[in-house]
Amino acid sequence: MDIRKEHILVVILMAGIIGFFGIPHISQPSCQPVRQVDLDETFLVLPRETDLNVTFSVLPRMSYPQPFLDKPRRTDVLLMSPWLAPIVWEGTFNRDILNAQYRQKNVIVGVATFAVKKYVRFIEGFLGSANKFFLSGHRVNFYLFTDHPEKVPSMKLAPEKRLFIIPVQNYSRWQDISMNRMDIISSHIRSRWRYEVDYLYSMDIDVQMFEHIGVEIIDTLVGTISSWQYTKPRDSNSYERRPESRAAIPSGEGDFYYAASFYGGSVSEVYRLTTACFKGVTEDRANGIEAKWHEESHLNKYLLYHKPTRLLSPEYYWDEELSRPRIVRVKRLSSVRKDLKEVRF
Amino acid sequence: MTGWKVVKSLLVLCLILIPIFIWMTVWNGPIHYLPYYLPCPEIFSMKLQYAEEKPVQLFPQLFYPQPRSLDQKRQDVLTLTPWLAPIVWEGTFNSELLDSAYKPLNLTIGVTAFAIGKYTKFVGRFVESAEKLFMKGYRVNYYIFTNDPQVIPRVQLQPGRSLRIVPVKKYSHWQEISMRRMEAINRHVAEVSHREVNYLFCLDIDMVFHNPWGVETLGEMVAAIHPGYFNVPRSQFPYERRSSSAAFIPDRQGDFYYAGAVFGGLVKQVYEFTRACHMTILADKANGIMAAWQEESHLNRHFFSHKPSKLLSPEYVWDDTKPRPPEVRLIRFSTVNKNYKELRD
Repeated sequence: MDIRKEHILVVILMAGIIGFFGIPHISQPSCQPVRQVDLDETFLVLPRETDLNVTFSVLPRMSYPQPFLDKPRRTDVLLMSPWLAPIVWEGTFNRDILNAQYRQKNVIVGVATFAVKKYVRFIEGFLGSANKFFLSGHRVNFYLFTDHPEKVPSMKLAPEKRLFIIPVQNYSRWQDISMNRMDIISSHIRSRWRYEVDYLYSMDIDVQMFEHIGVEIIDTLVGTISSWQYTKPRDSNSYERRPESRAAIPSGEGDFYYAASFYGGSVSEVYRLTTACFKGVTEDRANGIEAKWHEESHLNKYLLYHKPTRLLSPEYYWDEELSRPRIVRVKRLSSVRKDLKEVRF
Repeated sequence: MTGWKVVKSLLVLCLILIPIFIWMTVWNGPIHYLPYYLPCPEIFSMKLQYAEEKPVQLFPQLFYPQPRSLDQKRQDVLTLTPWLAPIVWEGTFNSELLDSAYKPLNLTIGVTAFAIGKYTKFVGRFVESAEKLFMKGYRVNYYIFTNDPQVIPRVQLQPGRSLRIVPVKKYSHWQEISMRRMEAINRHVAEVSHREVNYLFCLDIDMVFHNPWGVETLGEMVAAIHPGYFNVPRSQFPYERRSSSAAFIPDRQGDFYYAGAVFGGLVKQVYEFTRACHMTILADKANGIMAAWQEESHLNRHFFSHKPSKLLSPEYVWDDTKPRPPEVRLIRFSTVNKNYKELRD
């Protein structure tokens, strides 16, 4: 095909047309964004690029009954703490709306749990029920710390759930195993998890889930109200009272008694919590004292002075030794029946 | 045949030239398509520095009654929305606790109010009552937007509080003035407020404080429930019902009817919110339609898709002409009696 005059003319014409429409765009100065100054955080700068606050995109169309202002959903329980943190009870929330808000944020949740020595027998029950009921449909990383990695049964998890098995040292005393969890969580956040997950929860392994636990638990700092002590007045709560301990709460103070079996929040808040609690534990050890309920006492002291932004009702950790009253309509997560003496030693 | 060859060569040329053209434009940065009515593109692409909302951190030795899990203070009203946002009623929160947590944070709270035309006569009473009852003990910046700075009275202010007058244009119709508030607030945040305040409230000027308004109202994105529609089925809400409007909410949808007189939150959220509202208002303008209740309809549309993180009960925005129901135990902020006809001309 030989190049004729017409071809060259057409080429020049095309170039002219494209140039005519293109030049204004090319020569337009783009808006210069102002340089963003980095926040100076004393504890931790979160490198993972997600929007932890409410993002600005539209929720999908949903149909649900109207919330009427003069018709409360539940009147038998406290729904908000005095510092206006919601307390999550069955019947107060609509999980569809929460799911729709959550899905826009593209967030990953991590769960840290420890199965040391004889507690490995609970792994299967925990993972099986968590796979079904814990944040189903959302991405979760389970971080399982164990001293017997070979004993972890191979389990098929849902596609959005991942399991990481991390070997850990065991200690002779079960109290030490329990208390050192704080330190292990804190160091793993610093080294790994702040790049991998946005929210982190710490759970006991010897539990099973019977009902869906969904995105209503996701908030900046979350504590679970203990099922043993949710009715007790503050002075009969099992806080550590000896002033020599770092976990001491003077009488006359205290909101709720929080269970150490299930707590969590955003990665930076959990880092602060675990670092502060473990610092208390080590200082107590140096002074030769051990708090009444080990790291749970330290957790309670921390959450008294750093109020959680959301509280979970005892539905979210029910001790199976207790009979369930009417107000606890749903038992979502419950401890597994076991012989404490046999399993701990 | 030659015609076909010309076409073929033309196509080949397009295939080569167009990618080169696209590459050249992309190389220079994003293309800005500016519709003629978009204001301040340089403001929209600015990266602004904001303060984050912090969880409540308390100092020890504070005495307050213990929250009891089974003791719901307000059993007659809804205190939590289905998406677990608190609804602030009298009796649900402890002011001392919240004050002891927020005062050390050294916050500055901004208030915007528009006093245009004859509305300047309300400024004196508004600011006087705010000095006594609004965020007592905190640093407050009042931003009074007006077209006539000379007429604004000088009110004696407490230490730590300041009043800034922001000159704005007066439009011919009161509806236009009302709707342009979003744009004015947005612009002001980008230019001034984001550096000066942490939280910003946008209030109507023709109202007066009657009871304390404190830090229980602070949140990421805060909306107030309209006093006229708080126990009314959603089909009777005066949403914009014409589907050609950008503020359209279909029948059988909607949670609450929010008042346009009160909204606020973290400066960042107010910025995003006012920008989105202004965009939808402009979209309606381009289509030659004005929403039923001007920017209040757009505000409602927006809060329906992006649920607020905290709601204020009608105590926080009351209309004195309405009889007070028993659920509303005290009135904190309500309208001043006025003659609309006389004011709006």
